[in-house]
Parts: sequence; C-alpha cells; structure tokens
Amino acid sequence: MATEQQLYTISIYTENNIGLLNRISAIFQRRRINIESLNISVSEIEGVSRFTILVNMTEVNVKKILGQIEKQVEVIKAYYHEDDETIFQESCLFKIKSDLLFEERQIQNIIKESNARIVTVNKAFFVLEKSGRRSEIELLHRELSVFGIMQFVRSARIAVTKDELKITKMLNAFKN
Amino acid sequence: METLTAKQKQYLEQPKVRISGSEAIVRCLLAEGVEVLYGYPGGAIMPVYDELYKYEGEINHVLTRHEQCAAHAAQGYARISGKVGVAMATSGPGATNLITGIADAQIDSTPIVCITGQVPSHLLGSDAFQETDIVGISTPVTKWNHQITKASQIPEIIARAFYLARSGRPGPVLIDITKDAQFEEFDFQYKKCTGVRSYVPVPELKKSTIVAAAEVINSAKKPMIVWGQGVILGKAEQELKAVIEKTGIPAAWTILGASAIPTSHPLNVGMVGMHGNYAPNVLTNECDVLIAIGMRFDDRVTGKLDEYATQAKIVHFEIDPSEIDKNVKSDVAVLGDAKDSLSKVLALLNTNSHPEWLQKFNDLYDIEYNKVIKNDLDPTSQGLTMGEVLKEINVQTKGEAAIVTDVGQHQMIACRYADFNVSKSNITSGGLGTMGFALPAAIGAKMAAPEREVVAIIGDGGYQMTIQELGTIFQNKVPVKIVVLNNEFLGMVRQWQQLFFDKRYASTEMVNPNFVAIAQGYYIEAKKVTERKDLASAVKEMIASDEPYFLEVCVEKENNVFPMVPSGASVSDIRLE
Repeated sequence: MATEQQLYTISIYTENNIGLLNRISAIFQRRRINIESLNISVSEIEGVSRFTILVNMTEVNVKKILGQIEKQVEVIKAYYHEDDETIFQESCLFKIKSDLLFEERQIQNIIKESNARIVTVNKAFFVLEKSGRRSEIELLHRELSVFGIMQFVRSARIAVTKDELKITKMLNAFKN
Repeated sequence: METLTAKQKQYLEQPKVRISGSEAIVRCLLAEGVEVLYGYPGGAIMPVYDELYKYEGEINHVLTRHEQCAAHAAQGYARISGKVGVAMATSGPGATNLITGIADAQIDSTPIVCITGQVPSHLLGSDAFQETDIVGISTPVTKWNHQITKASQIPEIIARAFYLARSGRPGPVLIDITKDAQFEEFDFQYKKCTGVRSYVPVPELKKSTIVAAAEVINSAKKPMIVWGQGVILGKAEQELKAVIEKTGIPAAWTILGASAIPTSHPLNVGMVGMHGNYAPNVLTNECDVLIAIGMRFDDRVTGKLDEYATQAKIVHFEIDPSEIDKNVKSDVAVLGDAKDSLSKVLALLNTNSHPEWLQKFNDLYDIEYNKVIKNDLDPTSQGLTMGEVLKEINVQTKGEAAIVTDVGQHQMIACRYADFNVSKSNITSGGLGTMGFALPAAIGAKMAAPEREVVAIIGDGGYQMTIQELGTIFQNKVPVKIVVLNNEFLGMVRQWQQLFFDKRYASTEMVNPNFVAIAQGYYIEAKKVTERKDLASAVKEMIASDEPYFLEVCVEKENNVFPMVPSGASVSDIRLE
C-alpha cells in the first residue's frame, strides 16, 4: 500500500444534522491533518448531505481516517478516491476593474482562451467565473494578476466518481 | 433482547398525554428501565429535578459531590451490570465537569447517557450565565450527542440516546436540553428506538472470514489468544471459554478483559501489556498465530508496534471496523459480535491441545514467580507490599468480589493479583487512566449489584482527587469497601522518575492527611494498618462489615511494579527488575 502522501478525495454521505461538520473535522484535527478543501452540499438523495474533502496523506492513513469517519453515527458511508477515479472541478470568481476590460485588449483574449465566463459587468467592476482544474484556475490567476485583481475566491473541489457508489441501495435496504 | 420490567411497560407506548418536557425526561428514563441516576442540580436543569422530586418513589437520584463523579458512578453502574448508566448535570460548569467521565467512557466503551441542562434557547450563543457549548465540547469524546430545543423532540432523542449508548460498540451519549424545552408542554408518548439508518451497530458476520479464521487457528502450532473487553461487552464469556477449552490455546487478557475467564482457569495465562505477566508478553513474539478477540491493540498492550508479534499471523475478532488494521495489521479480520463470531468459529475448530507450548508459559511463569510474584505476595522485607494486601482480599472474598481500581501502581498490582471468579469484576479506568475514578465508580457498581462485594482499591493520590464522594457514600449508605494503599507517593510516576529520570522525584511525594479521621468525619468506619500482623484481621473485619468501610494500609514507600515493558520497548524486552 502506498506510503507516500498524495491527494485523495474523500466523499462522505451523511444525515443533515447540526454538529456533524464539527464531528468530522475533529477526526482530521486529532491526527493533525490539514484539510486542503472542504465542500458540503446536498447529494443526489433527498435529505442526505455530501461532504467532499480533499486531503494530502498516505493511503494507510486515509483508510484509518475513513474507518473513524464511518464510525460516526450520522455518517451513512464514506469513500476515498484518487484523482483518476473521479471527475472533479473547482470554481473561482475574480472581481476586476471594469476599465481594464476596455483598456487592456489582452484581458479579453485571456478571458476567451481560458473559457472563463463574465458573470456581471457594471461601471466599476466586472466579475469573471471560471470552473476547471486547479492548474487552469492558477494559470488564469497568474495571467490576470498582472493587471490587478480586486478580489479573488476559489471554491473547494467537488467531485463525482466514475464508479457507482451504491449509496441509494444501502439506504433502501434500511427501509426494508 | 432485553426483557422489559412491569414498571418500564407503564411508560412505554402508552396513549399520548400532555406533560412538560421535564416530566417527559423522567418518564423517558423510567421507560428505559432506569432505576438510579447520578447527578448534581443547578439552574438550567432545575425543572427536571423538580420532576425527580415528584417521582421519588419511582426513580432514585443520587447526589454526588461533584459532577465528574456522577459520570464515573454511572460508569461503575454500567460496567458491573451491562446496563446503561445515567448521569445528570446542569449547564456550564456542571456539564464541563462531566467531560472527564465521558472521555473515560468513550475510550473504555462504557454505555452511559449524560443529560445536561442548557440555557434557554433564545440565549444560546449569547454568553449567557452558565452557558457552555457542551455539544461542541463533548463531540470528540462522545459516541453521539445532541441538543434539544423543543420538548416534542425529547422522546425520540432520548430513545435514540439509550439505543446508541448500549448497541454495537457501546459508548457515552450526551443530550443537552434547553431550559425552555424542559418547561414546554407537549403530547408525550415513548417508543423505544430500534435502529438508526446511518448506523450499523454490528457488522454482518461473513462466513468466509469465519472459515478463514478457523483454518489459520487449526493449522497453528503455537497459537495464543489475547482477549479484551469486547468479550465482556458482547456477553461472550462462555463462548470464549468453549473456544479455549476445545482448542487448548493459552489465553491472555488485556486489563479491561480481566475477569471474563476465571483467573484460576488452567489456560488463563495472565495479563498482557506494560505491567502484564512475563509469559504472555514474551511469547507474543514467539507465537505463530495471535488471536485477538474484542481488543484494540492499545499501545500499552503492544509496546513498540513494529516489533509486536511480527512473526505471527494475526486473526482479529472485532465489532468495530475502524479497529481493523488501525494499529496492528491483521491477516484475517472477523467483523461481528463476539458471541456470534466465537460460537460460529467454535464449530469449525479442531479439538486440540498444545502441551509443550503451554509448558513454555508455565516455565516463564516460574521465572516471574521467583523474581517478582513471590516478593510481592509473600514479602520477607519489613514494609507491607500492595501485593500482600490483594492476596488477603482474595482470601477474605474468595475471589468473588468486584475490584474497582483507580490508576497507578495499585491498579496494576490489583489487576495482576486479584482473583476473578466472576465476569464484570474488574472495574478500572483503562484507556484514559483517570485518577479519581475508583471511589465514585465503586458507588455505581455497588448500587447496581448490591448483592456483590465491591472493593475499591485506590492509591493515596487518586483517592484525594475524588475523596469528597465519601459524602455520597455516607448519605446514601452505600456499603462499599475502600482500601487506600498509601505509599505517600504518586507511586507510578515516582517509579518512572526512579527508572528513567535519575530519581528526581519532582512533585510526586505526598504529605497526606489523617485519612482515618477524614473517613470518620463522614461517619464511615475506618481503620489504619501499618504492620503485617494486623493486615489479615483488618481485611477480615472490613469484608465482614455490612456498612461502608475504610481501610488505609501503609505500604512500602518505594516499591516498584514489575514486570515492566519500558515505554517504547518491545513486549519481549519486558523487565523483571
């Protein structure tokens, strides 16, 4: 089993309850593991939340962490995946002075080539949205920072797995 | 399946009735069969205490002298009975004082339910008087916790609390209830919880793992069993005994596994771990198959992990999937409840015996006896030893007593030398190592099992951490027997200082008060023994008493506990001196 650290995407299906975030993050904290990114949203199943946690750790430890996460009463099921087992994206927003959009021709090219989308434009600023891999977002950030970025924010990674997760089947089994 | 009492049935699935949240809490406890709870009142839990007053004949609330001890008493109650112990406290400091007991219950898998009062819901988060975020604070040390802000949530949440505390791998649950929810009226009805969809209490036992385990065990030449508390929690004592006797495999125990199989059983080869017996520690690194049953390979058991049983195939019977490969990698993991797994594997195991292999255990026992045990139990030195006190307690109780210990040298000596004939007889703080545990835990144990002799064995250090519980013992006339083994030191720390810190006894020497006078101040009969000639009669008198009894035994100041696996050493590098 791999003993080198690498990025793993942990996907956790849970009940939607107050305090569960605290309970799950405490498991990482105890082992002094820095969470690279964390996203919580609804899932494909009504009433069930989905945590997507990106961590850099060894496979041995990610398995141990997974066991301790699944042990939590309100966790339905947890999985971990390597990058090539998932389709994943991050999303980001840039707030940039509107003047630049008209004065700097180069910016328009950057926007076009990066497949970024202009969300809104007003007299003072425009907002650019870009979804994609981390490297694409970082490239765009580098290119735009030359001109000055008023605000920048990037979301956590979200990911779906290539393989089926069979979570619905598991929940249906409980009803029977 | 648990059997319901007639009293319980009065409160279960009755027609809806409009009552307050606080009355509902008491009725929930009655429906769960709670007969006694331990606690301490205060502002935010007063409505519940008012109901406890009204229900006085139905449910017994025991006022401890500190909330920590309410949690420990609930633990003692649970550990000896297998039932859920209950502790109650007010918000703020009342709730935070429970935390040590909750953490202890979490690491030792003890089923307790703690109920705390909370400031009214409109004040939550406002730094109100006696407000603490007890749900946040208790999260890492509870199996589950929840805050109730509406009375209508009370029955379902409390039912879930009891279900989760006792099912699967047991543990502590904390329920925090705001004061307004306690006052609010609603239509009450109680149904027991039978399942939670996100929670699998017992993993499904796979036939293939049973077959694989049996194969490995049957082909072993030098097998060894190490069992833990999972056997006791899973009520699998008889099944374990049957496995041991059919296969002839020498079996050792972790500290929390003690008493599941009688001490005198010929295949019981003693305790593993830092101060365990010589043979099972040394032979851990010689066996060809190590069968771990309901234990979690704690670091105090394994010593240096990468030199632990590396030559052996590991078969791990375990209820908690997260324990598999957590510390020691298993070759065969059997996930499931101990009783079920052991009875199924038993059918596949060959009848066998391992006389030569067992002889090795006996030979090493002889070495340990001559180097350590003889001097502990039959000392020739002038000062009294802790071991000889234990020996005398064994004689006077015929090994039938429940031994409740604190933490330190006396604990190791008690677990090493106490005779255990009955399961659930070793009540101690194992994983957390909580000094101050024994006195309150003994209260809970004695109240849960009044027919049993309960002897608390405590060091002079730990005793003074919860000494105020003498008040609880006196007020409630709990006939526990309290033995303080006084060496005027924090003995275990002193031992480490002697061995590893060149005898620099930093803050371990204790100038102690007159313990007998203190016990007498609480109107508890008390005696002090300083000489060997008085020991037997004093222990006899203590055991013969029908009332609480305090016995101080002044032992040799600087005795050490051996054998010892030094911290960071391999189990086979265990020292005898």
